[in-house]
Amino acid sequence: MSDAESPSDDFEPIEVFPDEETPDLRPGADDCYKCSTCDTNCPVAEVDDDFPGPKFQGPEQWRLKRKEDASVDDSISKCSNCMRCDSACPSDVGLSQMHNTARAEYVEEELSKTSLTYWRNRILANYRTSAFLASKVPRIANFAMNFGPARWAMEKTLGVTSEREFPEFATETFREWWERQGGADGSRERAREARERRGEDVDADKRVAYFHGCYANYNTPEVAKSLVRVFEHFGYELVVPEQRCSGTPMFANGMLDDAERHAEVNVSSMGDLIEQGYDAIASCTSCSMALRQEYPELFDIDGIEDVAENTWEALEYLRVQEDLSGELAGAEVEDEHLASLAYHAPCHARNQGLDGQALELFDDLAGVDAEDVGDSCSGISGTYGWKEEKYETSMKIGEEMFDHMEDAEGEVGMTECPTCAMQMEHGTGYEIRHPLEVVAAALT
Amino acid sequence: MAIEDDVLVVGGGVAGMTAALAAADEGASVRLVTKKQSTLRHASGLVDVLGYAPDGKLLADPFDALTDLPADHPYALVGAEAIRAGLERFDAVAGELYRGGHTEKNALLPTHGGTVKPTARYPASAAAGLASDDRDALLVGFETLTDFDAPLAAEHLEAAGVPFDARGATVSFPGEPRADAKVTRYAHALDEDADGERGRLAARVARVHDGEPRVGFPAVLGQEHPADVRAALEADLDADVFEVPMGPPSLPGIRLEYAFRAALDDAGVHTVRRPVVDYETDGEGRLSAAVVERNGQHIPHYADSFVLATGGLVGKGLDSDREAVREPVFDCHVPQPEDRYDWFRDEAFGEQPYARFGVDVGDDLRPRDEDGRIEFENLRAAGSVIGGYDFATECSGTGVSLATGDAAGAAAGADTQ
Ligand SMILES: Cc1cc2nc3c(=O)[nH]c(=O)nc-3n(C[C@H](O)[C@H](O)[C@H](O)COP(=O)(O)OP(=O)(O)OC[C@H]3O[C@@H](n4cnc5c(N)ncnc54)[C@H](O)[C@@H]3O)c2cc1C
Ligand code: SF4
Ligand code: SF4
Repeated sequence: MSDAESPSDDFEPIEVFPDEETPDLRPGADDCYKCSTCDTNCPVAEVDDDFPGPKFQGPEQWRLKRKEDASVDDSISKCSNCMRCDSACPSDVGLSQMHNTARAEYVEEELSKTSLTYWRNRILANYRTSAFLASKVPRIANFAMNFGPARWAMEKTLGVTSEREFPEFATETFREWWERQGGADGSRERAREARERRGEDVDADKRVAYFHGCYANYNTPEVAKSLVRVFEHFGYELVVPEQRCSGTPMFANGMLDDAERHAEVNVSSMGDLIEQGYDAIASCTSCSMALRQEYPELFDIDGIEDVAENTWEALEYLRVQEDLSGELAGAEVEDEHLASLAYHAPCHARNQGLDGQALELFDDLAGVDAEDVGDSCSGISGTYGWKEEKYETSMKIGEEMFDHMEDAEGEVGMTECPTCAMQMEHGTGYEIRHPLEVVAAALT
Repeated sequence: MAIEDDVLVVGGGVAGMTAALAAADEGASVRLVTKKQSTLRHASGLVDVLGYAPDGKLLADPFDALTDLPADHPYALVGAEAIRAGLERFDAVAGELYRGGHTEKNALLPTHGGTVKPTARYPASAAAGLASDDRDALLVGFETLTDFDAPLAAEHLEAAGVPFDARGATVSFPGEPRADAKVTRYAHALDEDADGERGRLAARVARVHDGEPRVGFPAVLGQEHPADVRAALEADLDADVFEVPMGPPSLPGIRLEYAFRAALDDAGVHTVRRPVVDYETDGEGRLSAAVVERNGQHIPHYADSFVLATGGLVGKGLDSDREAVREPVFDCHVPQPEDRYDWFRDEAFGEQPYARFGVDVGDDLRPRDEDGRIEFENLRAAGSVIGGYDFATECSGTGVSLATGDAAGAAAGADTQ
């Protein structure tokens, strides 16, 4: 109602930064009516008394900076970029956009480029590069990364916590497997067979481009393989385009330049395919979040809006385009392992309105009993929980989820997010599966 | 193919959640689509039905004044029985968390500013604080929680003529939280009691406690275990303990939201947290789908019957710009004076016409267009998106949402069976 009270006050956007490429945050800051709903949703503020919370990080700090030439408060690096504040604000304030921008400014202006913290963050954020190298020698990497003295040294020199085990690298990446399956040509053939079997038009235009992200490629190819099987089952032919990191870990570390370089590659290769009539799908909810929301909020790249508008979370796509619920209701899973699943909805899935999806889909699936472990944050938030100084906060946030997992039937967990999965496993020792693996077990 | 239910409710505040529960009770499959969080988190947690009559008189019994309401007031449209049905549904949801269901009369509760507010249901945690109770009260504030100035609130209460002596004192909260600590921090510290916060707080209060039979605190006494926190303080202080409802963000509101969510889960209602941005019709005056936006995608959610419960100007169910006030989801007609300057009156206090803005409904709660024709056969409205009442002035916010939510949801559910 603020504009209703002063009918003559014409809105004048003010640039936050002198150049015109950074987004204008003024309307967001003006929309904040200080209700503090965001603060009551912030998992970091809940466990860390020194963290001033999203309202401060967003609209308040922004106003402060307008008034005097204050620099960004270093508490911004405590924000884990879970984006829960963003999805809570009743007034549509773009909190995560403000945080991402402030964090980038902080890293740019306050953090020394020769400091260990900067390089530690940069290495963590550029997980894809390390994973790429490690995947060349997966067995050695698996050994070396978790080798005690090496981990001790990493904590002491780099500040990477030695409490966690590094994720294992697969001996065959998803992309290597995909090539062995005949790549796009093999997929086209299998999709045609499936359409014929399903009594659909064999030449139907069912084509999707898969953004697998780093983790499903290097660490959990079984998730990506499940996706391929499920989509081909429904008669879709897949392509697996050239891609870089989605940028999620880079946003969270204030490395917007790194993120933009990767985004340019992704937007260009996904954009070309979308132009040809493909839809884009992702299995990792942080990747789909980045492509759908963060890219257009943060970058100005040609074709970015098209990519954002045509990217889907994989199961959501099938749910809307196919009778996924119906097929699951008629199916059964015989794998004892999947009989009881403790499900955690990742924050980034929540932000896309997907938090109820997996449970709803498995409601009528025989042989699977999935139970929600509550709406708390897992606490790891990508690279956040890997930092030595954040480890404790991360585990404190996760406590509620661990407790609920222990209370749930069964000792297998389920989630869409690879780093939440890491945290779930770390806190409970459970094996963690992806909903796509369950769908694959039911239908293929 | 596609996402399809019997009833689709748009908006997840009190009105929408009540409508979803009522529809599910009729046997309908129900989906609730809601953007962001509802205003419950910043409302006081008090459930008002009608605190003041149209002439501004404080009401002892809301039901006495129903016949005095204008004909287009939502209560006049749905009638006393619908209000009772809404309250009954509320009592089932809130259970032990709330009091006041034993009578239709208003209770008088002290607020954090030291005023007295008429309300129909109040948190069990506030029960010992009733202003009609003549036992003396000590109000305790925390140094770091500046929203509640206990000595000032006590002074105001006495000035308001309460039938007891009120005294205020300020103590420091154990662990000395920072000055801008979130209210949830206090609540969690007391919930967890990790460093004996409950006992340490009681000990600090004991030093200023002068035998008053009841002691009031700001409403931050636990989020998950409020009853345990109160019991511990009561045992140590040998006095009844109560919470004083606070401004936003509100723990009683958060607790109530969780109670509603649990009820929705039990009723099998699926919730989607994204905005509805558009709709589809069958071309013959009926809605066929509400289009949900998901970070770029526009996904139709099909249903046989729809409830619009998107809230008023605060919940963004109504949208205002320089030209007009609109209902942005289904584009329902919102009556309003032509001239924008007629939206406001000059007196700062007193009723503001814009507070009554909202969609125009008949006694079946179906929104109507400018000419009084039904907008869509299968659309009903509930809660503060409806016009014709000013909840802040008359103290009727949650009550109208319960009554219209229950009626709209039940009718929508029944239609599909
Ligand atoms: C500051 C404040 C204090 C209050 N104090 C009291 C009190 O002391 N006592 C009392 O009885 N009442 C009080 N109320 C009123 C009460 O809390 C509710 O506001 C009232 O019951 C209205 O509820 P509602 O469900 O109609 O709307 P809301 O609670 O506003 O809920 C509307 C919901 O719809 C969602 N929505 C909006 N647009 C869309 C869309 N396009 N798609 C999907 N979802 C959408 C919103 O995000 C929101 O979740 C207070 C309200 C406020 C704002
Ligand atoms: S939730 Fe939104 S409006 Fe409320 S304080 Fe936070 S940013 Fe401001
Ligand atoms: S993104 Fe998450 S951690 Fe950061 S301020 Fe928002 S709610 Fe808190």
